[in-house]
Amino acid sequence: MLAESLALSALLFTIGVVGVLTRRNAIIIFMCVELMLNAVNLSFVALSQLYGASGQVFVIFVMTVAAAEAAVGLAIIIAIFRHRQSVNLEDINLLKG
Amino acid sequence: MQLPTEHATTGHPLADTIARLAWLIPVLPLLGFLLNGFLSLRAAGTPGPADPSASGHGHGHDDHGHGAHGADAHGHDAHDDHGHAKRHPAAGLVSLIGPGVLALSFVVALLVFNAMRSVGEMHAPYVLTLFEWMPTGSLSIDVAFQLDQLSMVMILIITGIGTLIHIFSVGYMQDDPGYPRYFAYLNLFVFFMLLLVMGANYPLMFVGWEGVGLCSYLLIGFWFSEKANADAGKKAFIVNRIGDFGFLVAMFLMFANFGTLSYTGVGAAANDLVMGGALATTICLFLFLGATGKSAQIPLFVWLPDAMAGPTPVSALIHAATMVTAGVYLIARSATLFAMAPAAQLTVAVVGALTAVFAATIGLKQWDIKKVLAYSTVSQLGYMFVGVGVGAYTAGVFHLMTHAFFKALLFLGSGSVIYAMHQAYHATHNHEDAQDMRNMGGLKKYMPITSALMWIATLAIAGIPPFSGFFSKDEILASVFARTHGSTLADATWLGIPGSVVLYGVYALGLAAALMTAVYMTRMMIYTFHGPNRSGSAEQPHLKEAPMIMTAPLIVLGVLSALGGLVNLPLVFPFGPKEILHHWLEPVVGQGTLLVTHGEAAHLSHSTEYVLIGTAVAIAVIGIAIAYTRLKPEALVPAKDAVPETGIEKTLLNKWYVDEGYDKAVVQPTLGVSRTLLWKGIDTGLIDGLMVNGTALLARFAGWMGSQLQSGRVGTYAWVLLIGVLGVLSAFSFR
Amino acid sequence: MTQFLDGMAYNSWILPALLGLPLIGALLLLVQGSSNKGDADAAMRSARSLALWIFLAEAVLSIGLWWSVDVSSPDWQAYVDAAWIPQWGVRFTLGLDGISLMLVLLTTLLMPLAVLGSWTSIREKTSSYYALLLVLTTGMLGVFMALDLALFYVMWEVMLVPMYLIIGIWGGQRRLYASLKFFLYTMVGSLLMLVAIIFLGLMAGQGQGPNFSYDAVLQMTRTAAVPGGFWLFVAFALAFAVKVPMFPFHTWLPDAHVEAPTAGSVILAAIMLKMGTFGFVRFAVPLFPDIAMHPTVRMVMLSLAVIGIVYGALVALVQPDFKKLVAYSSVSHLGFVMLGIFAMTVESMQGALVVTISHGISTGALFLLIGMIYERRHTRQIEDFGGIAKVMPIFAVCLTIVALSSIGVPGTNGFVGEFLVLIGSFPTQPYFTLIAATSVIFAAAYLLWAVQRIIYNPLVKPENEALKGMDLNWREIGLLTPLLIAIVWLGVYPKPLLNKTEAAATRMVRSVEAARTSPTLINTRAASAAAQQVR
Repeated sequence: MLAESLALSALLFTIGVVGVLTRRNAIIIFMCVELMLNAVNLSFVALSQLYGASGQVFVIFVMTVAAAEAAVGLAIIIAIFRHRQSVNLEDINLLKG
Repeated sequence: MQLPTEHATTGHPLADTIARLAWLIPVLPLLGFLLNGFLSLRAAGTPGPADPSASGHGHGHDDHGHGAHGADAHGHDAHDDHGHAKRHPAAGLVSLIGPGVLALSFVVALLVFNAMRSVGEMHAPYVLTLFEWMPTGSLSIDVAFQLDQLSMVMILIITGIGTLIHIFSVGYMQDDPGYPRYFAYLNLFVFFMLLLVMGANYPLMFVGWEGVGLCSYLLIGFWFSEKANADAGKKAFIVNRIGDFGFLVAMFLMFANFGTLSYTGVGAAANDLVMGGALATTICLFLFLGATGKSAQIPLFVWLPDAMAGPTPVSALIHAATMVTAGVYLIARSATLFAMAPAAQLTVAVVGALTAVFAATIGLKQWDIKKVLAYSTVSQLGYMFVGVGVGAYTAGVFHLMTHAFFKALLFLGSGSVIYAMHQAYHATHNHEDAQDMRNMGGLKKYMPITSALMWIATLAIAGIPPFSGFFSKDEILASVFARTHGSTLADATWLGIPGSVVLYGVYALGLAAALMTAVYMTRMMIYTFHGPNRSGSAEQPHLKEAPMIMTAPLIVLGVLSALGGLVNLPLVFPFGPKEILHHWLEPVVGQGTLLVTHGEAAHLSHSTEYVLIGTAVAIAVIGIAIAYTRLKPEALVPAKDAVPETGIEKTLLNKWYVDEGYDKAVVQPTLGVSRTLLWKGIDTGLIDGLMVNGTALLARFAGWMGSQLQSGRVGTYAWVLLIGVLGVLSAFSFR
Repeated sequence: MTQFLDGMAYNSWILPALLGLPLIGALLLLVQGSSNKGDADAAMRSARSLALWIFLAEAVLSIGLWWSVDVSSPDWQAYVDAAWIPQWGVRFTLGLDGISLMLVLLTTLLMPLAVLGSWTSIREKTSSYYALLLVLTTGMLGVFMALDLALFYVMWEVMLVPMYLIIGIWGGQRRLYASLKFFLYTMVGSLLMLVAIIFLGLMAGQGQGPNFSYDAVLQMTRTAAVPGGFWLFVAFALAFAVKVPMFPFHTWLPDAHVEAPTAGSVILAAIMLKMGTFGFVRFAVPLFPDIAMHPTVRMVMLSLAVIGIVYGALVALVQPDFKKLVAYSSVSHLGFVMLGIFAMTVESMQGALVVTISHGISTGALFLLIGMIYERRHTRQIEDFGGIAKVMPIFAVCLTIVALSSIGVPGTNGFVGEFLVLIGSFPTQPYFTLIAATSVIFAAAYLLWAVQRIIYNPLVKPENEALKGMDLNWREIGLLTPLLIAIVWLGVYPKPLLNKTEAAATRMVRSVEAARTSPTLINTRAASAAAQQVR
């Protein structure tokens, strides 16, 4: 059971990474990031079988952070959209040095 | 570094006499400086508004008309505005303080002189220590005055002639708006000059040395609104500083090797030196470099002729009678040291002789009356250096003294002439040059006293007996001749030439200079006082003798110039007390002379001496005769009509182009190198441009490189992140 | 006087009080400044008078040090020692000897004059300006007093920031460039010094936590081997050489001087440059005597000093801007100090200290005078002036006296210092001294030429004629008078000053000589390592 769970977790994580790297839409990238977080959560839960409950506790923390991140991140995306009429990352390079 | 001889002075015979108050001699002029300086500033300066930046600078034109340009704003000399320029408000008080302090100082000097004579033979100097100046480590320099026979002679010359010239100045400068400032500077000068001759150690002499240079700077540039005057003052100071560098190095050498800088200490240490050794020679040559600066010898003589830009009494006091002789005093003061360095002594003599001839050639063709006298001063100073150079210190100091008399007289006399010319030109609103001899001529008719007195001085400087210059000049030439045999100088070699040959050369140069001196002085007298008058018919009625306050000092100097020779009559002289000055100076410089002459009081045989005297007098007479027969004052035209000189005359008039040469060889290259290479090249170019701003540029470039990675595209960042993560992971897995 | 001071235990509180008072004053000024919004003129008036009172109080307080400090004692005087950051072994240790005493007094006595010098020229953000001056004072005094290396470093940096702001905010046209250059130049040097200080502190702690105490570090470098001693010396020397400034680290100085406001220039020249030479005297040389006196190192330092002397003078000769001219003349004068320090005789060391003080007085006075004429004419280009002596005679007299002192004419302070440096250096370093002595010629040339072009020559420009009636006012005369008196006093009677520093200078020269020559004390391994590194 453990191996399958970890394989699923790795698959989900890879999908998330590929999504972040290849997509241009900020919302989709954002969702892919969430996917990666949840992939990690899955591996935490799976591994808690071996190492005790602290993995499960960590998952709670991650979910809390993810929720906060979602709130802030989506707010930023909305703000950007209002500003630029676009959520395409090609159009957003405010961090350019 | 207290030396035994200095301790001994507490029990010195002079310690209980008026000599204890000798510090008053320099302090009185200092007091005069402070008072006059205060009066000058109080009258000239009023403090400005409390807030200078707020009140702006738009105002001011209303109260500044052209009336304010004053007597010193233009013209060659001060007196353009005589007549309508009103006297300085503090002039009365200043006329009292200025010459007054000096007269008092002279009285104290006389009293001290009297005390010194009454204690009889005095072999150790009386050192009056006031306070410690720079005590640190093994260095101990006191502010101390040394009274001995040499400094006494100098003190008397300075305060005596100084008093006369101060009195003359009361008349000469009376209408100058800078009247208190003038006397302040003059008093300060006398203070420093007295410090120079009274100091008991080299550093204190150096204080006076630089101090007189400073006053000379201030007085040459007294009418500073004329750029040429300010330039001349600056030039004098800087050229003198080159000499001062030599003086400083000589002091460093003395301290490093003797551990002391007091005269007594150095004199004692000098006795232990090796005769002709490198150390003594080096010290003496550096000292001589100092002397060439202050006393205007080759190669540093260029400042003195320019110094004539100052008021004429200043030229008389500073640039003829006192300050410029400081170099001679320095060498006489270091007699023992120089006696140990025959090569240095020969250098002094040769440079002196060359200067004497060189300056005399220039003096032959000058038109400015003061320039003639300036080059004559340079030439006569050369004579003095010949004297002290061959170890005839008495002869050198003797000539210094007689020269102070007759050259002060000549300068003051020329001052009277210029004053008269100025008054005349002023009365007719003519702007001709009042110092050009081509504009003078026939002044004897208008200024008989000045003319007669200046003739006395001219005969004295030319060396006609029985006037003072004859005795001193003859003694120098006789000493040179005597040294050609049986002296350390004759035995030494100089640049590979045997000393005796060098001395014969010096003697010949001395005779040549004597001939030219007679020529150019007679020329000056003929052009100024004889022949037809060239001032212009309108001016002639206004030409007259200067007021009594100016003529009286001239008369005193005339008497001194005529009779000054009595102070040191030669042994061959048929009657009278002989060699007074020689015996007087014996305790100070006697040892130095004896070392040169192998311990014998070398005297020429009477017959030789008569021949030498005869030669010298014959040459002077020939010189005067040449001038009389060859010069045609009737053919001279006023300066404005004169045709420019050509050939050698032009070269002489332009002083052999030495100034131009120095400018091209030294001044311009220094400025050029400083500006182009050092400042623009190294400073702003290499250090600032390449290194400092280069570093900044490098940092900026690195930053720019880094900033190029920050494309601002999140996608790129994510890829970089992924590659980084994979890199780290692989680093961990394939360790 | 001594009894009176002892009666109130003066020595036990004076140094912290001198450091604290300006900080309190700075706070007061800021409070006053924020309550005084609106009327800029009234704000300026109240700020400057408050600042002046604080500086005067500071000066009066410090004067007691002249009597209370026993300069002949080998112990630190007015010593204060308290824990500050115990975890890092940093202590709050203050103390004086004869050398630092004179520098502290120079600082406290000069600051009121600097305030008076900017009395009317600073019109914006006055309370911040004076508050910064006060903080700067604390920093400068701290540098002279600190006997803990970490504290010294803190004070070194504390003084940097206010000066950066003073130049950057109240400066001239290119103030940003100049202030940044000043800051970065100094920073590069001082960061290396920080590394060296931390290294020394860790070494001195001997495994029981760091110890930054000056005495402990000195004890250590004199007895045990310090690895990499050469590089430690270089780190210190670089920091101080930038500050002095020695050729070729001097190019920040002309820019900083030209752009700084008058008080900034005065403080920069009169006090802050002395931090560099003081650093050499207190730290770089005594801590590493064998390296500082190593023939090659010494040769390099002396060469740079002498190059600075001649080079500074020659470059000053051709400067069109009077402030820049004085800046380059500072390079030349400070070269004398370095020559005196590295010639390492009692006379030359004493001379170096006299130059330190007298350069502070005469260059400070020169910058004040430049400030005064700038306020009236709004230019510093020498060519713009001419004939000023006719319209401003008092200014002309003051400028002449100060210039003569800077030239080193005997009878002024400038001569005493230069003479002692040269005569003291000659026995050990004759050739360097010979070259250095030529600067007497150049100094006369550049300053007299400049003075001539400013106050002499014909008065032809209408702007200059308009200066009539605008001569120095009573405030300016009053603030110059103490400086003029000091110029003559130190020139005629420098003995009190020499006596104060004699013992400390002698001790330092002796201890350096001893450490260099005695085989028991010398750190032979480090010396030979240094020698190899030098090669």
